[in-house]
Amino acid sequence: MLTQILTFLIFFAVIGCILYGRRLIKTEKVDAVFGNPERALGGTHWVIVGSSFLLLIWLYYSWDIAKGFYPKSANELCQVAKVNDSLLGLKYQFPIEEREFKSTSQIKKENKNLKIIQNEIQNSKELDREQKIELINFINKTNQLIPLLTNEDLLENETKQKISDVTGKINLLIENFQKPDYPFETEQELNERLKAVNEEGGWGITKVDAGSGSIENTLEVPLVPATDRGLKFHAAAQELNLISDEFFKLRNHNPQFKNKIKELKNEIKSYRKDLNDNEEVASNYAKNIVKIARRIEFASIYPPKALDKMQAAIIKFENAQKNAQGGLRFIDILLFPAGTIIASGPSCSEQGSGRWLPKPSDTFKKFILMSKPSVGYKDIPLLWIQMVDISKMIGFILPDWIADILPGEYPVHTKDGIVKQNFKGGVLKIVTGDFNLFKVPVPYGHIWDSFLRVFLGLIFGILIGVPLGLFMGLNRFAKGFFDPLIELYRPVPPLAWAPLIISVLGIDNTGKVFLLFMVSLSIMIISARAGASGTQLSKIHAAHSLGASKKQILRYVIFPNSLPEILTGIRVAVGMCWGTLVAAEFLAGTTGIGFVENVAKKYFQYEVIWITIFIMGMLGLLFDITLRKIIAKTIPWRGKG
Amino acid sequence: MSNLVSKNLNMIFKTPKGETVHALKDLNFTLKKGELLTVLGPSGCGKTTLLNITAGFIKPTSGVITLNNKEIDGPGVERGMVFQQGALFEWLTVAENVNFGLRMKKKDPVSTQKKVDEWLDIVGLKGFGNTPTYQLSGGMQQRVALARCLINDPDLILMDEPLGALDALTREKMQSLVLKIWKETGKTIILITHSVEEALLLGERLYVMAPRPGRIHKEYNLPFALMGLKEDLREIKKNKEFSQKREEILEMIWNMEEEIMGKEN
Repeated sequence: MLTQILTFLIFFAVIGCILYGRRLIKTEKVDAVFGNPERALGGTHWVIVGSSFLLLIWLYYSWDIAKGFYPKSANELCQVAKVNDSLLGLKYQFPIEEREFKSTSQIKKENKNLKIIQNEIQNSKELDREQKIELINFINKTNQLIPLLTNEDLLENETKQKISDVTGKINLLIENFQKPDYPFETEQELNERLKAVNEEGGWGITKVDAGSGSIENTLEVPLVPATDRGLKFHAAAQELNLISDEFFKLRNHNPQFKNKIKELKNEIKSYRKDLNDNEEVASNYAKNIVKIARRIEFASIYPPKALDKMQAAIIKFENAQKNAQGGLRFIDILLFPAGTIIASGPSCSEQGSGRWLPKPSDTFKKFILMSKPSVGYKDIPLLWIQMVDISKMIGFILPDWIADILPGEYPVHTKDGIVKQNFKGGVLKIVTGDFNLFKVPVPYGHIWDSFLRVFLGLIFGILIGVPLGLFMGLNRFAKGFFDPLIELYRPVPPLAWAPLIISVLGIDNTGKVFLLFMVSLSIMIISARAGASGTQLSKIHAAHSLGASKKQILRYVIFPNSLPEILTGIRVAVGMCWGTLVAAEFLAGTTGIGFVENVAKKYFQYEVIWITIFIMGMLGLLFDITLRKIIAKTIPWRGKG
Repeated sequence: MSNLVSKNLNMIFKTPKGETVHALKDLNFTLKKGELLTVLGPSGCGKTTLLNITAGFIKPTSGVITLNNKEIDGPGVERGMVFQQGALFEWLTVAENVNFGLRMKKKDPVSTQKKVDEWLDIVGLKGFGNTPTYQLSGGMQQRVALARCLINDPDLILMDEPLGALDALTREKMQSLVLKIWKETGKTIILITHSVEEALLLGERLYVMAPRPGRIHKEYNLPFALMGLKEDLREIKKNKEFSQKREEILEMIWNMEEEIMGKEN
C-alpha cells in the first residue's frame, strides 16, 4: 500500500518538477553566458527529480513496485517456474531451446571422444603394436554400438509403446490444463491450501514479528499456490514431474545392443585382467573406452524420428502454458527487471537484482523490527538505554590500588566464620564499585558501541597527538626523536595492524580503540605539527615584542594559529577511524555495526546489509556535520588571516 | 636620557650555499629620546636586519646595541614593533588584539578595558572593538597594530615598512597619524620605508643605507616632520627644498642599484 502511494507520489513529483523546470528555463531571463558558474545556482526542483529517480530505480530494480502493485505475482511466477523446472529435462531432448537433438549431440560428443583416444593410442610410444591393434578393435566395437540404437527397425515395440504412452499423457495434460477448473480441486483441498497459504505468509517480509523475537531469514517467495492460476501451474508441474520421470526411466536397449555391449564389456574386462602390472597405459586406455561405452548405454539415444510426436506434444504444452500465463508474462517482463523468480527443486527464489537489492518496504520493515530493543541483532539492540548504577562507573574510574596503599590489613574471617568489615575493606568496596547508589541511563547497543569506539580512539588521539605535534613543530629534538617512530608506523595501512593488535589486546573494545587511537594519532600529530610550523614568524615576533612568555606564545598564538589545521586533521581522522573501525569489526568482535554487517553477510540477509550501510553513512554524515559546525564556530577566520 | 646607542654593530650571515653576507658593517649611531628616525635604502642594505637586531629577534655577530644603557638581549616590551602586514592575531577581535600585551602581563581587566578604548579612540577605531580583525581594511589593520604596540607604553617603537602595503590615500592619512602619535607621546621611533617621500616627510633624521656591506651611506637632519605637525602633508611635498632632497636621494639610491646590477652582470 505504502509502496503504491510512494510510487505515484514520486512519479508525479518527477513529472511536475520536469514541467516546472522547463517552464522556468523558458520564462527565466538567463543573463549568464555558458561557463558562468551562476548558471548552476538554485534548482531545488532538479534535486527532487534526481532523488526521486534514485528512489524510483531502487523501487523498480528491487521489484518493490511489482510487490506493491501485484503482491501475488511472485507466488504465481514461482508456480510457472516450477513448470519450467519440471519440463526442463524433457525439453532438452529436443531442438526447442537447443540447436539439435540431445541424441545427436551425444553421438557427436562420444564420436569425438573415441577419435581422440584413437589418435592417442596410434601415436603412443608406450604401447606395442599388438596392444594398439587390440585397443583400436575395442574402439571400433564401441563405435558400432551407436547404429544399434539409432536404427528405427531395431526399435522394440515395447519401447515404442512406452514412448507413445508418455506422449499420450502429455496430450491429456494439455487438454486438462486448458479446462478452466483444472486441477479439479475439491472443497476440502481448497480449504487446506488456503490455510497453508495463510500460514506461509506473503512475498518478502510481510510478517514483521517473526515470533521468536529475533530476525531470521524469512521465506523469500511463498511456495504454496495462492491463486487459481498459480494452482493450475502447480498441478501441471507435479504431473510433468511424473511424466518426466517415466520417460527417463525408459531405455532404448534392444537385444542386439544388449548382447553387443555385454560382449564388449567382458572382452575389455578379460583383456585388462591379462595385462601385466607394467602395462598400465594400455589398461587405462581400455578403461576409458569402457567408460564411453557405458555413457552410450545410459544416454537417451533414440532413432531420429522416434520422438517426433512427443516433441510436438511438448511444444504444444509450452504454447498452452504461455497462453495460460496471460498478463503474468507482461508483469514478469516489465516489473521484474534484471532477473525473475526461479524454481529449483522444491523451493523458489528471486534471481537477479531483486535478490541483492532489497525492497525499500522490506528494508524499512526490517529496520523497524531491528530498532526494537527487544529484537535488535544477535540479542543486542541497535541503540537503547540501560540503567547502570553509578557505583559501577566510580569503580571503573577509581583504580583499585587506592585501597592497597592504605595502611592496615584487609579483614580476615574469624574462628566463627564471620567477616568483620574494616576501613580498608570499605575503601576496597568503593574503588571496586561494590555498592549501590542510584541508577543512571547509559546508552548501549551496536550503534553506540561503534560510535564510542571511534569517539574514544579519536579523543585519545587528539589528547596525545596535538600536544606532541605542536612540540614536534617547535622543537628540533622532539621532531627528530619522534619522527622515525611515527613515519615507521604511519604508512602501514591501519588494517595491517589490526590482526596483531586484536590478538594482543583482545577482540573487545580495548583492541579496537587502540587501533583507532593509532590511526588518529598520526593524523593529529602531522596536522598539529604542520599548524605549529606554519605560524607566521611576524606573529610570533609581535607576540614576543608584546611581552608574551614562551608558554603564553604557545597558548595564545601558536595554538590558535594551528587550530584550523588541527580541526581539518580531526575531520580526516574521523573518516579514517570510521573506515578502519568497520573493517576491524569485520575481523573480530561481538558488537558493532561492522559486526552486524559481517554476520548478515554470512546469512545472505541483504536487507540487514543495506541497513548497516545506511546506518554507517548516516553516522559518518553526523560526525562530519558536527565537525563542520564546530569548525565554522571556532575558526571563522580560517583562510582570511 | 634614554638613548639608543649602537657601537660597531656587525652582522654576518651564512647563506645555505656557504657564502657569507655582510649584512651590517660597523654600524655606529646614537638616537636620542623622542627622535624620529627613518631608514631608507635599496633592497638588501640591511634595514630589516638592523630593526630585527634592535627588536632583539636576532643577535649581532659583533658589537653592542644598548637602549637606556642596557644591552639589548632578546625581545622586550620596552621596544614595540609594528610590521608591514600588521601581523594581527586574526582569531582575536580588535579590542582583544590591542589588549594582548596587557593581558599577557595579567593586568586588571577593568582598567585595561578603559585603556583599550582610549587607544582605539586615538587611532580612530572607536566602536570597532568587537570587530574581527579579518574584516578590517589594510589601513585599519595597521591602526590596530599601532594601538596594540602603543598600549604597552614602549620606549622605542620600531616600524618595518608599516605603510608599504597601503593605497596612496590611506597612506597619507596614516602618515599624519604617525606624526600625531609621535608628537603626542614623544616616543622614539625608527621607521623603515621604501618610499623616499615617506622617509623625508616623517623623518626628523634620515639614514640612507647602502648595501654590500650594509652601512649608513648618508645622514640627514630634516625639518619636514616638524612642519608636518602643523601643515598639510601635501603642502610640504610642494616645498622646493623637499623636492630637491627627494631628487638627491633618488639619484643616490638609483646609483647604488645600478652598481649592484653592474656587479651581478
